[in-house]
Amino acid sequence: MILRSRHLLGLEDITAGEISLILDTAESFREILDRPIKKVPTLRGITVLNLFYEPSTRTRISFELAEKRLSADTISFSTSVSSVKKGESLKDTVRNIEAMKIDMVVVRHSSPGVPYFLTNCVESNIINAGDGAHEHPTQALLDMFTIRRKYGKLDGLRVVLVGDVKHSRVVRSNIWGLKTMGASVAVCGPSTLLPYEVERFGVDVYTDLDEAIDGADVVNIMRIQLERQQAGLFPSQREYTNLFGMTKERLKRLKRNYTIMHPGPMNRGVEITPEVADSKSSVILDQVTNGQAIRMAVLYLLSGKKEKEKEEDDE
Amino acid sequence: MTKPQEEILLDDRKITRAIARIAHEILERNSGAESLVLIGILTRGAYLAKRIAAQIKEIEGADVPVGLLDINLYRDDVHSKLDQPIIQRTEILFDVVDRNLILVDDVLFTGRTIRAALDAIVDFGRPRSIQLAVLIDRGHRELPIRPDYVGKNIPTSRDDRVLVRLSEKDDREVVVAVKGGLKKAEKKSGKKADGESSKKGGTTK
Repeated sequence: MILRSRHLLGLEDITAGEISLILDTAESFREILDRPIKKVPTLRGITVLNLFYEPSTRTRISFELAEKRLSADTISFSTSVSSVKKGESLKDTVRNIEAMKIDMVVVRHSSPGVPYFLTNCVESNIINAGDGAHEHPTQALLDMFTIRRKYGKLDGLRVVLVGDVKHSRVVRSNIWGLKTMGASVAVCGPSTLLPYEVERFGVDVYTDLDEAIDGADVVNIMRIQLERQQAGLFPSQREYTNLFGMTKERLKRLKRNYTIMHPGPMNRGVEITPEVADSKSSVILDQVTNGQAIRMAVLYLLSGKKEKEKEEDDE
Repeated sequence: MTKPQEEILLDDRKITRAIARIAHEILERNSGAESLVLIGILTRGAYLAKRIAAQIKEIEGADVPVGLLDINLYRDDVHSKLDQPIIQRTEILFDVVDRNLILVDDVLFTGRTIRAALDAIVDFGRPRSIQLAVLIDRGHRELPIRPDYVGKNIPTSRDDRVLVRLSEKDDREVVVAVKGGLKKAEKKSGKKADGESSKKGGTTK
């Protein structure tokens, strides 16, 4: 099994075999993080550009560390201190940086489709680190990796994604990935935060959290985007917490060996109570550690993949 | 996979005897099993390491820790390939510092695998010594590396392919040479088959 594409743009078009390959590879890379010297020379000589047009703590640090642990050279680009301020376009920015001989680009942008757009501008391998409300493939991969490490499988599990389904790229990537791997997926949130025709993703849709989580194995809680509150998508934070906040009482509805997840950053006391976030069944910090293994696996598997150089040399 | 001109180099009984002898030699050279740790290079070196450990247990009654090492992350030809090799799980769950470490592989050929393994091991600590045990030494070294324990020395042509088949993984237990097999394999898969068959199919145990 190999990855068909030389980019990772999203999970919508990725097969179960490809996801399994990434997760299996991540399993091997996870071990490196427990070594005294957490570094292997695999990507020596490869230069990776981290192009972040949107703020990020976890994803960016995680990618940077993954690159360094593989011995790649990294440059991190942040829009606030660059010529973007002087009005340089995205395309020009990337092409100029690529002219300095880079091999891979990790990109986050507020507009959906930017990673795809870049594949047509430059030769580098492109990895999507979140594009608007479209996809965030490495986050969904690390979520699946974390679930698989606990249960040994993904198929047959019931996973509920709670919160701002409409604006969440994490939800979208998770739906596609989890469904490909045979999990049963439900989404739950206030109707103003559910996209139109969300059923067409092939998921169960709930506006009542208690109903949604009944008998679920995994609850993945999305951040409620407080900065959007002015838009009047829900009446008040308190009401949201009452209706959609994950509390200790609600945990009783889940299956015995349940798991609580959150991609971060958390609003403690809003979508999740501190006692749930810090409980034994919460794998929120494991997600962060596993994220590095996933990103190392993706960087490794894509590195060196070139444009159409591939003839019919299948093994 | 029927190939012409397969020459049997070791049958199952000879493999067993070679492993027994290597186990004795390791114990003799290191004055017992106390300071020893074994690290097998995945995939088939790992099975050999486990067999040597079992032999040592039989001879001395001592349990020698066995680790598994995937060297693909330390290869020097990673970027010359189109698709990355599958990475298996490295498992070294003990301290290598100040131990006499026996590195085990099935076939010693160019020495590049061992070079990668040495780089990997020093990331885990500083052993007192690193010694190399191989089932087959087929010559054609490209690096200044030599084995300490050898099951059998076999002169080969550079283009021959030496295949080790072990019952833990394969349906038979034998070492064969395939005349000109490497030339064909290289042409087909575009990579060097370092005496080992291509690794396929996710995590193998």
